[in-house]
Amino acid sequence: MQEFRYIEGAAILKLDKTACIGCGMCEIVCPHRVFKCIENKATIVDYDACMECGACARNCPTGAIFVNPDNGCGCARYILNSWLAKVTGKKPAECGC
Amino acid sequence: MPQVDTILSRSDHIGTIGARSGIQRDTYSITPGLYCVGRPTGDSPVLVTANYKLTFDALRSELGGVDVWILVVDTRGINVWCAAGKGTFSTEEIAYQVRRAGLMEVVNHRELILPQCGAPGVSALNLKTACGFKGTFGPIRATDIKCFLASGKTADEIMRSVTFNLLERAALIPLEIFLLLKPFALTLVCLVLFSGFGPDIYSLDRVLLRGGSIALVTIMSVLAGAVLVALLLPWIPGRQFWLKGLLLGILVAVFTVLRFLPFVGWTAVIGMALWAMSVSSFLAMNFTGSTPYTSLSGVEMEMRKGLAIQIVSALLGLFCWLAGPFFL
Ligand code: SF4
Ligand code: SF4
Repeated sequence: MQEFRYIEGAAILKLDKTACIGCGMCEIVCPHRVFKCIENKATIVDYDACMECGACARNCPTGAIFVNPDNGCGCARYILNSWLAKVTGKKPAECGC
Repeated sequence: MPQVDTILSRSDHIGTIGARSGIQRDTYSITPGLYCVGRPTGDSPVLVTANYKLTFDALRSELGGVDVWILVVDTRGINVWCAAGKGTFSTEEIAYQVRRAGLMEVVNHRELILPQCGAPGVSALNLKTACGFKGTFGPIRATDIKCFLASGKTADEIMRSVTFNLLERAALIPLEIFLLLKPFALTLVCLVLFSGFGPDIYSLDRVLLRGGSIALVTIMSVLAGAVLVALLLPWIPGRQFWLKGLLLGILVAVFTVLRFLPFVGWTAVIGMALWAMSVSSFLAMNFTGSTPYTSLSGVEMEMRKGLAIQIVSALLGLFCWLAGPFFL
């Protein structure tokens, strides 16, 4: 995926190294190979590859990882719908994907 | 126990075309539950998947010659990746299907092979507490599953990395187009109808000339924003999608000016050029929803700027285009 790079520094991803027990789950589940376990601690080796899918946070046994929790769908249509919903005060419509 | 075939039939292939093009997308699901491939025993691995038929087909067609169980969970006919994001491919749902199928009695081991792309929705750790089966994440692509099983359930970096190659991108285009058909047809009809207005109120000649040209420009912009952006994605400079779309839109705009200036005049041609850029840029931005590498924060960030510019440019463009016959 190295030929696909998205906006730098945009993703919200935080790793609390003191809480990490080095189990390696985040390294296994990440579809963009953002983590690497080095000397029994997870390290973010490719921050800007993160797409905020939330797989790492969901599977971390100690809650050491924080990812932007609003992962509705990650598509423009979803964001558009949620903006419209804010204006109209209704619940956001499904994006259909 | 339903036995599944590892070779897809003609009707499976026809169904794939239907689902890919959006014609029968919403109803393309199979019944959740336990299925067997080959002659599985109590020691055979259990693969978990979604009940979207394309996902199921992709999996079973890779399983020729192996004996395994497939546990299909109810994701309401949506693929694993999207269902995991939406929370239907979840720890609870898998645990529920494990109990419903009585998997405890069917197999001797206590392990489920989960698709890695389901990880946003499933916690392997909680699965064990929820149903007694531990989750092991398999590869991302079904094509690697045999290799994964043969190598003692290990996956290398490539098997764990998502890809987005030309073929995968091209496969998304029919659905993109299908979803656009209705708004596209509606826009086109409005544009052609309005193209007849001018100083002498309405003329059919103008509908033909101006309506025809704006229709062509719109079609070209849709092709640029929805088809070319998808196909050429890694080679179009820039990272933000609205800019990628804008870039291709500028090419359409240049063509528009060169081609139509002698016929419709400066005001209208500038309007058409602005319109082309907005349409292409907007559709490219929409494509973020189909890519496996854009983060929600990033999309929101680019939309804040992109959408504002698209709206202003589209409105200005339409205004110029309508005003064209009055000014030339
Ligand atoms: S959110 Fe997804 S892409 Fe980002 S680091 Fe976690 S697993 Fe990787
Ligand atoms: S999943 Fe959590 S505990 Fe395990 S290595 Fe990653 S950060 Fe550390």
